[in-house]
Amino acid sequence: MLHYTLRRLLAIIPVLFIVSIIVFMIVHLTPGNPAYLILGEDSSPEAIEQLEQQLGLDKPKVIQYFDWLGNIFVGDLGQSIYSEQAVTQIIVERLGPTFSLMVISMLLTIIVAIPTAIFIVWKRNTVLDPLFLSGSLLGTSIPEFWLALLLVLGLGVSVPIFPVAGYIPITDGLLGWLHHLLLPGIVLAAVEVGLIARMLRDSMLESVNQDYTKTARGKGVKESTVLMKHVFSNALIPTTTVIGVTVAGLLGGTVIIETIFTIPGVGQLLIDSIHRRDYPVIQGVVLFVAFVYVLINLIVDLLYAFLDPRIRYD
Amino acid sequence: MLEVKNLKAHIDTPDGVVKAVDGVSFIIKPGETVGIVGESGSGKSVLAHSIMQLNPKPPTFYPQGEILFEGRNLLQLQEKELRKIRGNDIAMIFQDPMSSLNPVFKVGEQLMEAILTHHHMPKSKAKQRAIELLKDVGIPDPEKRMNAYPHQFSGGMRQRVLIAIALACNPKILIADEPTTALDVTIQAQILELMKNIQEKYGMAIIIISHDLGVIAQMAEKVLVMYSGRIVEKGNVEDIFFHTSMPYTWSLLRSLPRIDSESRERLLNIEGQPPNLIHPPSGCNFHPRCPFATEQCKLIDPELTKRSSNHFVACLLSEVEFKEAKRLMENVEQEGDLKHV
Repeated sequence: MLHYTLRRLLAIIPVLFIVSIIVFMIVHLTPGNPAYLILGEDSSPEAIEQLEQQLGLDKPKVIQYFDWLGNIFVGDLGQSIYSEQAVTQIIVERLGPTFSLMVISMLLTIIVAIPTAIFIVWKRNTVLDPLFLSGSLLGTSIPEFWLALLLVLGLGVSVPIFPVAGYIPITDGLLGWLHHLLLPGIVLAAVEVGLIARMLRDSMLESVNQDYTKTARGKGVKESTVLMKHVFSNALIPTTTVIGVTVAGLLGGTVIIETIFTIPGVGQLLIDSIHRRDYPVIQGVVLFVAFVYVLINLIVDLLYAFLDPRIRYD
Repeated sequence: MLEVKNLKAHIDTPDGVVKAVDGVSFIIKPGETVGIVGESGSGKSVLAHSIMQLNPKPPTFYPQGEILFEGRNLLQLQEKELRKIRGNDIAMIFQDPMSSLNPVFKVGEQLMEAILTHHHMPKSKAKQRAIELLKDVGIPDPEKRMNAYPHQFSGGMRQRVLIAIALACNPKILIADEPTTALDVTIQAQILELMKNIQEKYGMAIIIISHDLGVIAQMAEKVLVMYSGRIVEKGNVEDIFFHTSMPYTWSLLRSLPRIDSESRERLLNIEGQPPNLIHPPSGCNFHPRCPFATEQCKLIDPELTKRSSNHFVACLLSEVEFKEAKRLMENVEQEGDLKHV
């Protein structure tokens, strides 16, 4: 197990290497000049040239890439062109809100999706099942921004229960934090619930008539125990993958929601940096997101071994 | 102890109602072993699952009949009452040991679940009992194997575990649905031997279901022969094997290879397919495949009638007619063989 974990951790390196090349190329081949953007429209060509030199943008692209790469190895993602802060520090600052949003929406998703799926499987021969299917399809099909605006209009403006925007760190009070994140959390969860509950229902229905459930029923075990213990524990295995991918997707996928609710998270940072052509920040954020993505996938694979004793990696 | 009266178990399918069990009656007495034999699709498994009330409802429904266990009709019991009987009074082992254990739980845990479902006792005591059960079914090193997962067991060992689960509450009836079909021959013999030993020790009745006449001959005292959802012949094991009176049973026996056969009888297969259970044939269900069928067989559906004290047969041919028909047919075959030479 340990051996496997180490091997998987080492495998992250080539992935990140490839990601770094792609990000660097996309960023540097995109039209737009940061020096021009910083100095404004009226700046002289000499001033721009001087600033470019100062930022190291006049060097050949290959040299620039290896300079950046070399610094990454010592933990330095560079400095923001715009604010001159260290990129690592900027990301760490923005991580709190994004992470909070991820946790809240995932918790909401799981709290709703798992009982729903179990209930639907329990009532599998009733009209509830087709109703659930159309409901989950509706949930995944609704555009996030539309639902977000609708909720803001309803619960932020007409009946002002929730703030329409903003973010309070958890260190400033748990209630305020929750109060500000609940609406965006609900919007993100609405999409994921449909997906995960549907996935769990499908896997549960697949194992609900497996031979081992017959053995369990033959023992005289209650149907609810058969479902929640025997069927659920088997159906959880494929569902874990979907949950993992969803969590990873939330890190970079909350851009729209962060923008609507003006939450100063990683997604917003990325958008702002792209507007400013803040090369080091864009590169740093994308690389970081990729790193977390691979890491979450690794955690999912390790969870597999925990959930399914048949899987032995060594 | 268990009496099945005119039981019908039908299954609703998009193509129509499948009459999987269509009017079956029999009695099981304490401690006896009854074999149910028939081809695939003859309704054996549905019948077995009916006794446990484990057929999924819907699509299965029971339009007629009674299953009386110690005087109570299982078809009319509430789910809660049924649960008290399942595993406790009537237990079942299934055909495929490879898939009948939950892959994500330890064997010991699954065994203890069977005990704790019906008996309130501390876990440590249930564990002791589980280890004893594993010892009883011949699993070596049971203390250690309690913590193993099903995938770490071979097929034969898993079937032993499933037998241990079935024995957990010392049931009065053990239903074994094709218990050896998925196992290879040497293991089959071991499992059958184990079942016999266990019956001696625990004293329960066994209903053994198989398409394998060898298994039935080895295990059963009484035999029910099923064809298309009905019992076509029932009797003591000697009646069925030595005084065969139903053409279907006779065909089944003739399709078995025999090592001690001197007469060089040719192995015969039963022509045709088992009947469609949605639209069964008119008259006797077996007539389209029966070598002795007459015009009457197409019209009249024979009832189970008594031939001797325990021997019942559903066939229009009388004993004399059947013997004559068999003799004629064997003569024809021998002539055919001679022509070949």
